[in-house]
Amino acid sequence: MSANIHIHVHHITRVEGHGNIVVNIRNGTIEQCQWQVPEAPRFFEAMVRGRRYDDIQTIVSRICGICSITHSLASTKAVEDALGLHVSEQTDMLRILMHYSEQMQSHTLHVGYLVAPDLFGEKSVIPLVAKAPDIVKKIIKAHRIANQWSDLLAGRTTHPVTLTPGGMTKIPTEKELKDLQKTLKEAIPDLLAVCEAVLSVADRLPSFERPTEYISLRQDNPPTYTFYHGGITSNDCIDQPPVPVQQWESVANEYVTPQSTAKWCRWHRDSYAVGALARFNNNGHLLSPLGQKVTQMFGLKKGCCNPFMNSIAQLAEVAHVVETAIELIDKLLTKGLREEKGKVSPKAGRGSGCVEAPRGILFHTYEFNKKGECIAANICIPTNQNHANIQKDFEKFVPEFMHLGEEGLRQGLEMLVRSYDPCISCSTHMLNVQFVK
Amino acid sequence: MSKPRVAIFDFACCEGCQLQIVNLEEEILDLINLVDVVEWREAMSEQSSEYDIAVIEGSITRPEDETRLKTIRSRAKVVIALGACAAIGGVNKMKNNFDLEEVKQCVYGKDATMPHLNTAMTKAVGEVVPVDVCIPGCPIDRKEFGAVIRALLLDKKPPIPDYPVCVECKANENICRYEYNEICLGPIIRAGCGARCPTNKFRCFGCRGYVDNPNVQAAAEVMEKYGLTVEDLKQKMILFGSKQGYTL
Repeated sequence: MSANIHIHVHHITRVEGHGNIVVNIRNGTIEQCQWQVPEAPRFFEAMVRGRRYDDIQTIVSRICGICSITHSLASTKAVEDALGLHVSEQTDMLRILMHYSEQMQSHTLHVGYLVAPDLFGEKSVIPLVAKAPDIVKKIIKAHRIANQWSDLLAGRTTHPVTLTPGGMTKIPTEKELKDLQKTLKEAIPDLLAVCEAVLSVADRLPSFERPTEYISLRQDNPPTYTFYHGGITSNDCIDQPPVPVQQWESVANEYVTPQSTAKWCRWHRDSYAVGALARFNNNGHLLSPLGQKVTQMFGLKKGCCNPFMNSIAQLAEVAHVVETAIELIDKLLTKGLREEKGKVSPKAGRGSGCVEAPRGILFHTYEFNKKGECIAANICIPTNQNHANIQKDFEKFVPEFMHLGEEGLRQGLEMLVRSYDPCISCSTHMLNVQFVK
Repeated sequence: MSKPRVAIFDFACCEGCQLQIVNLEEEILDLINLVDVVEWREAMSEQSSEYDIAVIEGSITRPEDETRLKTIRSRAKVVIALGACAAIGGVNKMKNNFDLEEVKQCVYGKDATMPHLNTAMTKAVGEVVPVDVCIPGCPIDRKEFGAVIRALLLDKKPPIPDYPVCVECKANENICRYEYNEICLGPIIRAGCGARCPTNKFRCFGCRGYVDNPNVQAAAEVMEKYGLTVEDLKQKMILFGSKQGYTL
């Protein structure tokens, strides 16, 4: 065992946003072991004040380039909650279809471009092109299909323009939906080939477990593997009714800790995790048959507490959203599409919206005056909810894996952070960190 | 000739513009044959202090970020400001409309006084160091990015339009958003996006910034024609146009 290990990863690579890993081990004793976040704060909650209800989505989608559709959906739902608006079944289905495209896009990016290089022993996806060209091309193709899908529903691949309080500005044509459905059906064999390729190197995922609380949305009526509707649940209170999304602040319990300067969250335990593994642990029995098939390939079972398996849960979710979207398009086509005009008038009120970002549950709350101008906002993003859990994982991982030496431990910790699919630019609450020199 | 070395750096932003580079999909395989990507934190583990073209994403919001940016500038032959945050400050500049102490208080409450919580007025990259090319948009248009890189490699002027979004919107045969009682910034905002938003029946909110000499008189006349005021227009210009210099 190495007696002295000093790891200082300044701005970990292949993650969205900026984070540092600091570990100091002297004579076999761990003196420091920290996950730090030095991302520049951007103050969205302050900036939206004074802006009208119909500009909120345009502003806050810019919190994150990778999960912009999710931020747009959460904020639009929050505005609708505040203004007392109800959307049609068609709008609901189109938004869910739009949201699925982002799950596929983001998960493919994460597993295919950011995690796969670790599993194949490369520093980025670029050398993988030469090493495993067929698989890289299938990953790129899946990513392109997901982006074309976003383009069709959201008007853009990033920062949607078709969402508006009360409805959608533009809906796809029946032909466009049929073409999308055909593309998705044809994509399934390639998706399974990508899963097989990941399975062939899955033994590189460390065997590491730490039981924790997993928080996600849960929809009971009808029971659905939900990313969009429902209330808040966790494995610690799965037998209780879900908590209404308006009460999210009582779940997240954001707090500042002297040890870290990024805000942390806790509910029933000292930390909790959100993301694909949390959704799977709470709702996995509701995955589509193809999603179930992927979990079986990897032996992923509910109750899994290996954070590295989050990437595998994401693969299962890609299969799930593709299969479920094919059915959803059938429903939309059977009912027939029609242009709708939502009527909106401003009023004073407070509302919340909650949806599952690819990397975990996301909360938005806004308050408006009677002119429809925002007077207060509160946003809690998934990566913030995971920070305390990453730190707690570090504290268990470092003593268990310090026998790997400096290089092995550093790589393991980087892979651990990446497995959470952090999206650190979603920096609404984040504070600045003093670097350890 | 050796391939130009390209490094991609990010500051305060959503990293959505980098994502558009990834979103070139299959085309990115051709692009990386033309250049040597030596640093790209979001996609690669390698890092480098030697590069010819520095691509900068995000706006500058802290003194230490200004220092880092100046170092990058000193090493690069060409600096590209990638996307609205880098090119014009983007939505991050909305912060500059408020008192900074009050902004910190609003987001961090009692913790706002913690000494390490450090923020300054948002700046575009060009307000800190000289910029050679600005690629506008929030996010950038991936095809435009490819066209700019190709132009640089051929030593040609990057093809960024200097006419308003209305030109492309009319070419798409869209009905004007003003006819739907919406306030659209198309008359004063730089084209090149293919009028993507109005084509999706959503007003232009100005993510590509103003054309070089916006016809503010024409914009004022449009407002008058539809019974709106210049103040109404200014409210919509706050999103991407805060503290940018052009005011009606």
